[in-house]
Amino acid sequence: MKVVRGVTAGERLELNYQLVAEALQRFIHEELSDRGYQQAIVSVSGGVDSAVTLALAARALGPENVHALSLPHKDSSADSRKHAELVAKRFGVTLETIDITAMVEGYARLTPQITARRKGNVMARARMIVSFDKSEQYHALPLGTGNKTERLFGYFTWHADDAPPINPLGDLYKTQVWGLAEFLDVPPEIIRKAPTADLEPGQTDEDDLGVRYRRADVILEHYLKGYPDEYIVNLGFTAEEVTLVKRRVNRTHYKRHLPAVALLSSTAINEFYLRPLDFKLAD
Amino acid sequence: MRHALLQLKPEKGNVERNLARLLSRLLELREENIDVAVAPEAYLTGYFLQGGVRELAMEARQLEERLLEWHTQHYQRPLDLIVGFYERDGGDYYNSAAYFELGGRGLLHLHRKIFLPTYGVFDEERFLGRGHGLASFDSRFGRAAILICEDFWHSVTATIAALQGAQIIYVPSASPARDFTGATPGNVGRWATLTQAISGEHGLYVALASLAGSEAGKMMSGGSLLSGPEGEILARAEAFGEVALIADVDFERIPPVRYDNPLLADLKAGLPLIFPELRQIVEEL
Repeated sequence: MKVVRGVTAGERLELNYQLVAEALQRFIHEELSDRGYQQAIVSVSGGVDSAVTLALAARALGPENVHALSLPHKDSSADSRKHAELVAKRFGVTLETIDITAMVEGYARLTPQITARRKGNVMARARMIVSFDKSEQYHALPLGTGNKTERLFGYFTWHADDAPPINPLGDLYKTQVWGLAEFLDVPPEIIRKAPTADLEPGQTDEDDLGVRYRRADVILEHYLKGYPDEYIVNLGFTAEEVTLVKRRVNRTHYKRHLPAVALLSSTAINEFYLRPLDFKLAD
Repeated sequence: MRHALLQLKPEKGNVERNLARLLSRLLELREENIDVAVAPEAYLTGYFLQGGVRELAMEARQLEERLLEWHTQHYQRPLDLIVGFYERDGGDYYNSAAYFELGGRGLLHLHRKIFLPTYGVFDEERFLGRGHGLASFDSRFGRAAILICEDFWHSVTATIAALQGAQIIYVPSASPARDFTGATPGNVGRWATLTQAISGEHGLYVALASLAGSEAGKMMSGGSLLSGPEGEILARAEAFGEVALIADVDFERIPPVRYDNPLLADLKAGLPLIFPELRQIVEEL
């Protein structure tokens, strides 16, 4: 007798990246238009997230309507600068370089005890200041480049990387950003290099996080969908990995929300008085 | 009977502009000799309003007045129009769709959404009341029913409409795209499966008009379509973009299809046999 085997149902991280790219291009175009903008700003770090964001913006708006910013500090790696130039060239976008060393070191001189971590956060916030100022200069909106994994882990500088008003990658795990990068023809050396925030010399994300992205993403997807720990462990993960991932998510919810406001009335904003962020009333 | 399923992107909160755009689209399509046009769920305001429903809902009669005035001045030829909107009735608010016979009887039928999704990204019941009726009605072409979005995801509602004699079910919807693993967003595929299954089971037409446009990142998927009495897709709009989907409906097709595949007749014969179980289930809810 002929034997026909079925497939087992399960969660899938692999996406149709052409469909994803088309949807995100439409998202960028419409969300900018709805706010009265035709141009975007992308801070290009040399990493895969900003490379993908730049590619999507160039496809959505035309390269001439995208301003790529390279914002190096003297301690930034040479690879970061080189890769920022490479992606801007690949996607036909003019790259403007503004060295943030003077901004960061000006503050650092006032605070001699500053640690490398604190200085890294100052760098991220200096980049945010520049990109919002360039927004005003060019009448262009900054696009966020944060992916879902780092958002869930709270692995970003608060009120810096998460500040841009429009974020196309925020619902894609790092694994999925890599898949989208392949589809968009991001240079392979950028896709294959170890992800790094490049805020401290020699830093890599996976060393900081203590787990590989490709493993963390599968754990996250199952955890967010409510699977119990034992189920996730049975997929081939250690109990320690599952605990670490859950801990990172549950220690950082505050970073994914607006600040806590003391609720005193029945018209408290975003508690009782609820309007979506795109709500408008015609005059 | 020519239909236009209008897959449109509204401007959030701008009722006047959205209404004007709908009417100008209808004028652009005048040479198509449209008999029935369908605009999506919550088209006049956009779908996600949260508490803004209270500021933007309108009475069905208000909308009727506006449409009749426009029709008399600009369109004249008879036109049936179905519009999804947030409705205010005294102090109550509903997610509604109204059927207007313009150049005829005016507001012919009003359906208030019964199944209000309040889970995941959806939060309808927090801001809206449930409709409590599901009635088919006679248009100038035949017997019709309206179901709004999740109303149609429960096959029992379409079954009731079919038992009431509906030859066509109009489905204004607003469906944020999600699940990007396949050739189209997962919800677009699900809609196609549902409309084909319902059409094929009951031998009737289903006309789906689905909202387009990004609402603060929630990308309304479009994918409007018309399915026929054999469960076939007769017209299908692409996902996401604005589309006027033009397709013809022929009620004369229904009797021969139902004769070959008399599932609806079988249901009428068999339903009394299983009704005691159904009644018991409902009584225990």
